[in-house]
Order: sequence, then structure tokens, then C-alpha cells
Amino acid sequence: MTDARILTEALRDPATVARLDPEGWTALLAIARAEQLIGTLSHRLDGLPMPGAAARILSDARASAEQGRIAALWEAEMARRALAPLGIDVILLKGTAYAAAGFAASAGRSIGDLDILVPRAQLDAAEAALLATGWEWVKPDPYDDLYYRRWMHELPPLIHRDRDRMIDVHHTILPLTARITPDADALIADSVALGNGLRILASADRICHAAAHLIADGDLAGGLRNLWDIHCLVEECGTAGLAERAALHGLTAAVERALRLAGRLYGTGNHASGAAGKDQWYLRRLLARDGWGRPARKFTRLGFYVRSHWLRMPPVLLAQHLFKKWRKDQN
Amino acid sequence: MRHLTRLRIGPVGFRVGSDWRAPIAVLEDLYRDYPAPEDGIPDFNVHLFAARPWRRFLRPSVHIGGDFVIPDAAPLPLAQGLLAAEMGMNLQMALGQRRYLLLHASAVERDGKALLMTGMSGAGKSTLAALLMAKGWRLIGDEFALLDPATGLIHGFPRLISLKNEAIAVMEAALPHARFGPLLEGTPKGSIRHLVPDAHAIATMAEPAAPHLVLFPSYGFAAAEREVLPSETFVRLTQASTNYVALAERGFDALTDLVRKTPARALDYPDTVTALAAVERLWNAA
Repeated sequence: MTDARILTEALRDPATVARLDPEGWTALLAIARAEQLIGTLSHRLDGLPMPGAAARILSDARASAEQGRIAALWEAEMARRALAPLGIDVILLKGTAYAAAGFAASAGRSIGDLDILVPRAQLDAAEAALLATGWEWVKPDPYDDLYYRRWMHELPPLIHRDRDRMIDVHHTILPLTARITPDADALIADSVALGNGLRILASADRICHAAAHLIADGDLAGGLRNLWDIHCLVEECGTAGLAERAALHGLTAAVERALRLAGRLYGTGNHASGAAGKDQWYLRRLLARDGWGRPARKFTRLGFYVRSHWLRMPPVLLAQHLFKKWRKDQN
Repeated sequence: MRHLTRLRIGPVGFRVGSDWRAPIAVLEDLYRDYPAPEDGIPDFNVHLFAARPWRRFLRPSVHIGGDFVIPDAAPLPLAQGLLAAEMGMNLQMALGQRRYLLLHASAVERDGKALLMTGMSGAGKSTLAALLMAKGWRLIGDEFALLDPATGLIHGFPRLISLKNEAIAVMEAALPHARFGPLLEGTPKGSIRHLVPDAHAIATMAEPAAPHLVLFPSYGFAAAEREVLPSETFVRLTQASTNYVALAERGFDALTDLVRKTPARALDYPDTVTALAAVERLWNAA
């Protein structure tokens, strides 16, 4: 049965695409698009012999990712200009950070929202400054808004009214309701200046954040892309000090699992030895796509969806949350 | 997916999959003279699916999916499966196409040169394109014109021509021997019947054409013509493009180039006879 392994194989060892027939190429491109890895795939396969149609589709994907990179960096600069007068340093997270630093992970990477980290003490000032410079609230619902402010690791999302781009302003990297509490002060204190007024997390913290996002938060949607980020970060900057840093943030298990999964799927570092126990479930979930790029393995997905809520919320809060959402649906 | 077909329209390959046989059977019939995707690899996938397994049989309703989707697209009854497939293909183009600047326009060609017609829904661009095809022009497309930023040429996208309401009878009379799809009644846009482009349009769909004239037709007004300045044409065409913003500088350069080199006219018309005569006149003067 086709699953996303066709994509992870192509990313891990581009030469494997030589054995694809038209059917295989069709599945590979559909799955890569669904996982938002088609631009990344395009970079990985660059220069290899392939059918003309595949080359054309991949070259369009690369041009599109390049345009996305330019737009993402411009958005980061806009945030910097909005917050600089307050003396707030903008720490870029995830895709925009990799692009701004020119990391290998950014080659062809699709970049969605702008994610930034600011000290919690300056959150209100940052929000006011963003609202004053053209960003607007997206969540019209008072309950959702309150929920974000009380329990989440970020402000309710804001969208810029002219550029139609979303910004997520984080004050830490996991929801406050999660059982794991990363050390946000340490993330900020050890962040690295890029020289253009923007900052990124320190090397080990970048991997910790990607692993936290992948393993300890959410239902593994976009997991293959996250894991590819981790693979590239490890290959490019190594894992010096990672174990200590992961321990500091309470993310040892998440980081170890992420490295095992990346090793298993992408051959990362010396973790290629294999996946243990529950890792098999993660692999099943990560690879759950059919040859049309559609989500597959409904029950595995449901399991991880339930798990994501379990991880994010203590049971009583979860029950209250679900009840309020249910009652709202009734009205 | 259970049933599928592959086809190419202009330079763009599609794979359409469906939970039901019927929409695929209609596509295979109407698109029978179209080639397969280049190298057997489609650019885009379209999914026609039932939201719940039992909805394949019980009050079957066709949801439209694909590589690119918009939330809240309403499902269609199975009898309108062909329309769902066409909407699915258009949606992939509108949301995912990055090689060409997409102009929501109909286009026909003569002597290697292209006439672009754009305007609001109901302005008559599909009907005019179909009537010009009946008069020997080559149909380039009735929904999207594909402007290649690299060459400035218009590429064909001669999918089925979607005729709505009164236009159906007009074209049945104008092209009595043409091939038509099933009459779809009660669609979100009223009655729809698809017209298969003629053999010439299909055989030459890979040949691009240089833009020669841009027309902004408006049906239902007293006959009138006016020149449209490049600045206005530019703004109107950005509004008629679904991927102008996504193409960024490439899109800006391509469109700037187009409006500088190509004259544009607004054409109000009360009936198609008046419109066709005006098109000939404006075309020869351009």
C-alpha cells in the first residue's frame, strides 16, 4: 500500500526516484504537496534525471517557495520595525528563523505564519504595538480569545490588514496547560543575534523547540516537515549541548524520540539504529497518506488527535473546554 | 480512489478520482479527444468524494477536493458530478497554478494572435468565445487565459465551455452538430450545459498566441465602445487574476508588459449580432 514513505525515501536518498514510474511520480508529488514538502523535495532532487513533467512541476514549486521566502523575511522585518521602538527584540521561530539565518532547512521550505518569541513581561506592549501598526485580531469569539490569553503559549493570532499575513506572538513554546514547562527565560537569554536586528534561538534550543512542537504538542499534523527541519538542523549544526538543554526544558523524552524518528525516516546522525516501542505508532501516523495525498489511517489519526488534547490540557480543563465548545455548537 | 481518469487541457495535466463511476464516465466521453498528461504525470489531482461512506448510495452528494481546496465548498448532487469535476479542476488552477499568470478571461485566436475577453460573470465572455469559435476562430479557452511571464504569450486552456441559461439554446442553434454534455438543471448558477470545443481547438491547444486585443464586453446595454487606458486595464486584469499576488514580481512584469503592448476596448452590446460585428471591427483596427 502506498504511504508517505515514498516521500521520506526520496528526501533521504534522492537517487531512489530513478525507479519511479509515472504512477509513483504522481503519488510522490501529491504527497509532497500535501505535506508541504514539495519545495524541499524540489531542492533535494535538483539536477537528477527525471521526466520532463516532474521537472516542470518541481521547478514551479521551487519558484513558489522562493517567493514565499521573500515574503516571510519581509514580514519579519515588518515585525521588527513595529517592535523596535519598544526595545523589544524579535526572536524568530521555525521557518522564518531558518530562512533568516540561511540554514539548509530553509531550502525550498514552505513558510506559513510568522512565529516570534517575546518576553512574557512585554507581551501586552508588543500586542499594542502590533495593533497600532496594522495587525488585527482574527478570533472574534470571546471564549477563544480568553482561552488563548489564559492558557496558551501565544497571543490569539493576528493578521495584518494590508498584507493578509498572520503573526503568532509566543511567550514560550508549549501551552501553559501542558505538563512540560520549558524555560522561556533561558530560551530568550541564550538567543543569538543575526546582525540585522533579528534574533533566533540558540542551536540546541532550535532542536528542542522543533521537537516540542512535533512530539509534545499537537496531533503530528505537518510532522514530516517538522522532522525534516530537525534532520537538517542536526546535520548542519550538530547536537552539542542538546541533552543538557533538553533536560533543562523538560524535553528529554521528546527530543530523543524526535531524533530516533528522524534517524529512522531520514537517516539523521547516528540515530539511524531504529525505532523502539511506541515509535512504531508515531511512524504509522507520520506516514499516513494515500497515493492521492489524502489523509489515511483514520483511527491512528484519531488516536493522536485525542492524545494532543490530553497532552495540552489537564482532564478537568479539557472537560470544561469540550463542554463549552459543544454547547456553542448547539446554539 | 475507486474510479479515475487522466487528461490534459492545454499545458496542464489532471488526474480526477471519484467514489462514483458516473462523473468519470461523462468526463471520459466529453474529453475523449484530449491527450493524457505529459509523461503520465499530472500537475493537479481532483477528488470527488462522499463525506460519509453511506452517502455514496444514500442521497449521494459529491464533495470536491484536491491538492488545493477552499473550506466550506458546498457539495453537489451526483447528477451534477460533471460540474463538480470541472469546478475541481478550475479550483486547482485558481489556487495552485504558478507557472502562468491566470486571467479569468475567454480567449480566441486568429492568424496566430489572441483576443482576450474579460468581465463579470454574465458579461457574455463564454458565449462570445463560443460564437467566435463557431465562426472559425480558434478557441483558446472560455474560463482561464494563461499568460506566460517568460514569453508574454497566451497559452490555451480549452476545457469544456460552460454554457449557462439562455446561452445554451443560442449555442445549440449556432452549432447543431457540436457535442454537448448533459443538461444540468438547478445548479448554483442555474442551468448549465457543457459544449465540447471543436476539433481544431483541441488539436492546436499546445500552440500559444501573442495577445492582440483585450475586450471588456458587457451584455444588456445599448451599443457603445470606448478605449480603455493601460492603467485601467492593468487594474481590471489584476482583479481578474487569481494568482497575481502569488506570482509577485513575475506577475507584475508580465501584466505591465501585456497592457503596454495590447490595446484594450470596452464594448457594451444589446445582442450577439451587434457584438460579433463590433469584435470584427475592433480586431481589424487594433
